Amino acid sequence: MSRPAIHVESLCKRYRVGERERYFALRDVLTRLVTSPFRRSPQGASDILWALRDVSFDVQPGEVVGLIGRNGAGKTTLLKILSRITHPSSGFAELHGRVGSLLEVGTGFHPELTGRENMYLSGTILGMTKREIDRKFDEIVAFAEIEKFLDTPLKHFSTGMQMRLAFAVAAHLEPEILFVDEVLAVGDIEFQKKCLGKMQEVSNSGRTIVFVSHQMNQIRRLCGRVLWIDGGQVREQGPTGEVVAKYETASLQPGDAAGGRKTCFRKWSIGGEDCVVRDGLREVAFHFQLRLNDPVSQGHFGIAILSDSGSVLAGWGFDNLDIPDGDQEIVLRVPFLPLRPGAYSLTCSVFDRGNNLTGGRLVEQWYALPTLVVDTPPLSHPQDRWAGVFNIPAEIEVESLSRRV
Amino acid sequence: MAASQTQIAVAGQEREIPVVRIVARRGWLALDLAELWAYRELLYFFIWRDIKVRYKQTVIGAAWAILQPVLTMLVFSLFFGKLAKIPSGGLPYPIFYYCALLPWMYFAAAMQAATNVVVEQQRVITKVYFPRVVLPISSVLSGLLDFAISFVVFAAMMAYYRIVPTKAVIWLPAFTLLAILTALGVGLWLSALNALYRDVRYVLPFLVQFWMFASPVAYPSSLVPAKWRWFYGLNPMAGVIEGFRWALTGHGEPPGALLAASSAAVGLLVLGGLIYYHAVEGKIADVV
Repeated sequence: MSRPAIHVESLCKRYRVGERERYFALRDVLTRLVTSPFRRSPQGASDILWALRDVSFDVQPGEVVGLIGRNGAGKTTLLKILSRITHPSSGFAELHGRVGSLLEVGTGFHPELTGRENMYLSGTILGMTKREIDRKFDEIVAFAEIEKFLDTPLKHFSTGMQMRLAFAVAAHLEPEILFVDEVLAVGDIEFQKKCLGKMQEVSNSGRTIVFVSHQMNQIRRLCGRVLWIDGGQVREQGPTGEVVAKYETASLQPGDAAGGRKTCFRKWSIGGEDCVVRDGLREVAFHFQLRLNDPVSQGHFGIAILSDSGSVLAGWGFDNLDIPDGDQEIVLRVPFLPLRPGAYSLTCSVFDRGNNLTGGRLVEQWYALPTLVVDTPPLSHPQDRWAGVFNIPAEIEVESLSRRV
Repeated sequence: MAASQTQIAVAGQEREIPVVRIVARRGWLALDLAELWAYRELLYFFIWRDIKVRYKQTVIGAAWAILQPVLTMLVFSLFFGKLAKIPSGGLPYPIFYYCALLPWMYFAAAMQAATNVVVEQQRVITKVYFPRVVLPISSVLSGLLDFAISFVVFAAMMAYYRIVPTKAVIWLPAFTLLAILTALGVGLWLSALNALYRDVRYVLPFLVQFWMFASPVAYPSSLVPAKWRWFYGLNPMAGVIEGFRWALTGHGEPPGALLAASSAAVGLLVLGGLIYYHAVEGKIADVV
C-alpha cells in the first residue's frame, strides 16, 4: 500500500484532574500564591487522568474507518487531537491531505444572520473558501431544502431546518481527510437517511474518513474497518463485521466480567442463528438465553421492539411465568414481522412475583445487542416520507364502473 | 455532480498534498504568518459577522458610533473645559476632546471585544481548528468601522471651526496603527487570561475607566512634568492620543519622546501577548 493518509504513533492525552474544571477564579490562584508561595501545585500523580494512552494506527488513503467504544472511551478526544483542536500530551500524528472536521453540526451559526449569511459563515469556519461556497451554493440550498428561507434570519428557522442547513453545508466540505463525530444522529429519519446517503457518496469519491458513531448499523453501512477504543486504548482493530461483533458481545455481557455467575441475559438470536429477519411475512422465533441465580415464580417477561428514535413499534408481555434457576432459553414466536427494512433495537425484562405495575421485583433488564436487522426487500412506498413503519405487500386494481358513483 | 467530483479528484492529484504534523508542543512563539494568511477569509468573515450582527441588533445602529463620542465630547467640554478650565493649548474644547476620544473610544471598545471573544466563541473553539489568534485580531479590526464613522463627524467639526490639517496629518495612519496594535496587545493578554480566569470580565470595566484617566483624554500630557514624560509614555495610549491631537490639528509639537516610549511599550505588549496567548492557546479548548 502507499503512504498512509493518517499515521498515528503512541498518542497520549492526559488531564490533570481539575484542569478539566470549567474555569478557576483568578482570586483562588492569587490566594494560593499568597498562602503557599513555594508549593508549585497541590496535585500529585494520582490526579492524572489518561484520556488516551499509547494509541497507534494507520489509515490508508480512501479508507473509511469507524471509531467505536463506550461513552468516555476517548473517541472524541482522539478526533479532537487529530483535528488539532487540542494538543496531545505525547506521541505524534501525521496527516497527508487537507483536513476537515465535523464534530458538531451548525458550528458558528449565528441566530441574527440569515440562512444565506450563515451558509457562508459556517462554511468558512469549517474550512471552505468563499469561492468553493459560491460554486456549491445551489447544491447546498437544494440539499437543505430551504430555498424560500434564504433571506430569513436563522432565529426564525425550525430546529429541523437549522439542522438541515447545517448538515448541508458540512456535507459539501471536500477535504481529502474528513473526521466526523456522531453528527448523523440529528434530524428526522428521512433526513438522517439522506445524510447517510451523502456520506456514502463522499466515501465513494475516494476520500479518507474517520467516523464516530454509536449506531452500529451506520458503522456497518459506511466503514470498511473499525477501531474499537476502550479506556483510552485501541482494544481491537480490523474488518468491520468482526470487530463490531466482538464489541457488541463484550458490551452486552456484564455478567461475564463479574465472573459469569450473576443473573443476566446472555445472548439472543433468531432461530438460533443470527439476528437478521430475512422474511417478514413468515414466523420469526426470538431465542433469548439468560442465566438466573434464583428461580422466578409468578413472574413477568416483557419484550419490545424499538425504532431508531426509541419509540415502541411492538411490545408483548407475559404474566404468571415460572422459570427455574440456572441457564434458560426463552423462545418468543410471532407469526410474522412485517417491519420496514432497517435496524431496530430490542429491549426485554424479567420480573419476579408480579410485573412492573403489580409490585413485581425487576430481576433483569436488557437492551439487547446486536441490533435486530430487518433485511427484506422493500415493499412500501418508494418515497421515505410515505413508506411508514410496516413493510406489507399490496396490490391495486383499477376497474371502470359502468354507472356513476 | 459526478462531473464536478472527478474534476476535484484530478485537481487533488495535481495539487501538492499538505502535510499536517501533530505533536505534543510547539515552540514558545509560533506566530505562523503563512498559516494566518491561509486563513484570511475566515478573518474576513469573522469581522463581517461582528459588524453585521452589531448593526442588526442595535436599533440606532450607526448612530451609536456617532452619539457615544459626541455626547462624551460635550460633557468633557463643559465640565473639564469650561468649568475646570483645563488648558487645551489654544484648541477649541470640542476639537481638543474629540481628537482624543476618537482613538480612545476605538481602543476601549476593541480591547473589550477582544477580551471577551475567546469566551464568546468557545463553542467554535472546541469544535473546529483555526489559528486562534484570528479571534482577537478580528475583534480589534471590526471596531474600525465605528472609528471610521465617528471620524466623519470629526471632519464636519473641523470644517465648522475652520481648522485645516497641516502636513502632520500624514502621520495619522501610523498613530491609528499604534492604537490597533495597543488594543491587540492588551486583547491578547486579557482574552487568554479571561479564558482561564473568568473574573477578568469583572475587572475589565474598572480597568477601562482607570486607563482613561491615566491617558491624556481629559487633559493634555503637557500637564505631566517633562522629566516624567517618557515614563508616562509607557502607557501606549498616551503616545497615540497626543499623536492624534498633533497630526489632526497641527497644534503643539510632535510627541517625540512620548511616542518613542509608547512604540517600545506596544512592541513589548504585543510580543508578550503573542507568547502568552500561544502558551494558553493549547489549553483553551480543554478549559473553556
